[in-house]
Amino acid sequence: MRDYSRPLDLKNGRVEMAHGAGGRAMAHLIEALFARRLDNEWLAQGDDGAVLPAPGAGRLVMATDSHVVSPLFFPGGDIGCLAVHGTINDVAVMGARPLWLSAAFILEEGFPLGDLARIVDSMALAAKEAGVPVVTGDTKVVERGKGDGVFITTTGVGILPAARELSGRRARPGDAILVSGTLGDHGMAIMAGRDSLGFESPILSDTAALHGLIDALHECGAELHVLRDPTRGGLATTLNEIARQSGVGMLLQEKAMPINPLVAAACEFLGLDPLYVANEGKLVAICAENDALALLAALRAHPLGVHAAIIGSVHEDPNHFVQMATTLGGKRIVDWLTGDQLPRIC
Amino acid sequence: MCLAIPAQVVELRAGDNALVDLAGVRKEISLALVDGIAVGDYVIVHVGYALNKLDPEEAAKTLALFAEIGQFDAGQMVH
Amino acid sequence: MKYIDEFRDGELARGLSEAIRREARPDRRYHFMEFCGGHTHAISRYGVADLLPDNVEMIHGPGCPVCVLPIGRVDQAIRLALDNDVILCAYGDCLRVPASGGLSLLRAKASGGDIRMVYSSADAVELARQHPDRQVAFFAIGFETTTPPTAVAIKQALALGLKNFSVLCCHVLTPPAMMAILNAPERIAIEGFVGPAHVSTVIGSRPYEPFAQQYGKPVVIAGFEPLDVLQAIRMLVRQVNDGRAEVENEFTRAVDRDGNRKAQALVDEVFELREIFEWRGLGVLPNSALRLRPAFAEFDAELRFGSAYQPVDDHKSCECAAILRGLKRPTECKLFGNVCTPENPVGSCMVSSEGACAAHYTYGRYRDA
Repeated sequence: MRDYSRPLDLKNGRVEMAHGAGGRAMAHLIEALFARRLDNEWLAQGDDGAVLPAPGAGRLVMATDSHVVSPLFFPGGDIGCLAVHGTINDVAVMGARPLWLSAAFILEEGFPLGDLARIVDSMALAAKEAGVPVVTGDTKVVERGKGDGVFITTTGVGILPAARELSGRRARPGDAILVSGTLGDHGMAIMAGRDSLGFESPILSDTAALHGLIDALHECGAELHVLRDPTRGGLATTLNEIARQSGVGMLLQEKAMPINPLVAAACEFLGLDPLYVANEGKLVAICAENDALALLAALRAHPLGVHAAIIGSVHEDPNHFVQMATTLGGKRIVDWLTGDQLPRIC
Repeated sequence: MCLAIPAQVVELRAGDNALVDLAGVRKEISLALVDGIAVGDYVIVHVGYALNKLDPEEAAKTLALFAEIGQFDAGQMVH
Repeated sequence: MKYIDEFRDGELARGLSEAIRREARPDRRYHFMEFCGGHTHAISRYGVADLLPDNVEMIHGPGCPVCVLPIGRVDQAIRLALDNDVILCAYGDCLRVPASGGLSLLRAKASGGDIRMVYSSADAVELARQHPDRQVAFFAIGFETTTPPTAVAIKQALALGLKNFSVLCCHVLTPPAMMAILNAPERIAIEGFVGPAHVSTVIGSRPYEPFAQQYGKPVVIAGFEPLDVLQAIRMLVRQVNDGRAEVENEFTRAVDRDGNRKAQALVDEVFELREIFEWRGLGVLPNSALRLRPAFAEFDAELRFGSAYQPVDDHKSCECAAILRGLKRPTECKLFGNVCTPENPVGSCMVSSEGACAAHYTYGRYRDA
């Protein structure tokens, strides 16, 4: 291990262009801030790429996600753990067991090193708890004003057993639609910190790695057709995607939607619909009708699925509408999200 | 017209502001458009301002009326 | 949520729905216009139409301030940002309204305009305070509910001695718009109005009395929640059956005859009537909109920046005008759902979630299929 003349100044130091230039400063940053914290045999080697064992039987799944969340630190999480959870989840909802992650950072000149350390610590903890190491990474620095503090892109690789086939195309008429828990938590936790729109509340982001929960679902023996994690655009967007991919319609029960009363209240304040608000630790599961109760039980038995619910069913519909029976007894469509969900005054 | 929500005043603040609470979510809003608001009152909040005080008695009466309407026998002629 | 959840109760809704079904005479049709965009949204979002008998029909009115905002006004806001380097503050609702040159406020932002969404007019004043080196203009849209907050903001700016704050005032009034509907040359069958909820908390129920008296149309002021709307419809059905034309108040928990006198006085202090103002869909209406009084002229963005209103025609095939007046339904517009969608709105009725077109497209178009 090389010795550096001075330790990184995490208290007052900031990211400088030199940290991305490929020279000694960058090597120092990588070693002291990234490798030491993310701490695994691959990063310790300090090579350009990680040499990994080829998986045996089965197929590979690869997924990638860029994270540009603002604010970087929010109630319940930060961009670091979000980056780890998000990509693990993308791999896991394909039915694969996540194996390894890569992480690429784009840092803005002037970004406090202390904050960067916090973010990397958070990533390290998330990766450790999930059992999915960050085996390789990259760092670039852009000039002040050209980046929003830090952007992180993570790519994940997993192994998919031969027999398993999960896809957005597999929802069939008669299937049951389930969600693993309360909707809209992440988006509203983020919104709380926004300048003009902000509010005070104990809402926490639900960011979590879901592969453990998903394992439990595979083990319960239910005939799973679709698994997806509803992130940006909320549950409504995810269901519309699946409806279109599978060429079916859906009917949801508003009464059955699990929503944290705090999230409901925050949405009321701003005129937002929780069905369109982002989640980062929730699953949508679509399964054969007869397996709905078994799947629900498996979800609820797991700490990340305690508020799981059956929220609707799939039916034939050439228009691929996602409809909902409202609490009032009427019906409406739950349509695609249009643009960004903007808070209403009217 | 316009999105406005009933929230409870939990704290009076400087500059004619107040902290209101809607089921655990709190926001600071302005009382510049209303008078005589006390902690515990419910106000109608629109774009960061309280527009009016909500009358709990009238609210109760309205709800009671709804419940009563729902209980009319089908056979009764309502005119 | 107190005073919200109770007014959305499904059981009570069923009871009210049954009551309307019983009271609506089978031998006649009832057409009611819900004036307020918030009611349009509530009706669509809860599927209230499914709870009404076939012979009771709701017609969407022009009470959506985004929908009645002419293209030319959005252009003014955009120009302030792009040409005058102003920090333009606006409510979320109007950011997507399509304006001239393929722009909207959102698109102007993407082109480099400093356009910021605010929740409250107070936030715009705060921005002005924080950036003394920049001009900050507030795009003040809305009916009488939203006008008092603008008045407060202007007085605040005055008290703070801010030299960099101004308001582009596009506040409009409800009674003239209702009158325009009633005076329309085309005879549409409207037997009564569901009156706006929160406008009425400010202006009271008195301003609607002339409509009942002179035009013989019942008006029932309804609260914001679906149960309120259902009950108001029931009260309208009764009035029609009884041959009455009165102003009734369903929203007694927040509305009385006088309204909020303090808010009214503040508005009166800061604003005066514009002799004429162009409304999208309703044309040019006299004494239907507000501008800043001479005493507050320093805060008038139109004066400060020499920004003048230029009328711009709507797209030839856009039926927003007819739809806003209740003459046509969204599905009767050639552009509805194909060229004009929420992603790519041609007219403002498709932008605001309270516009008849957006509401129908987003919540109700499964009925057309």
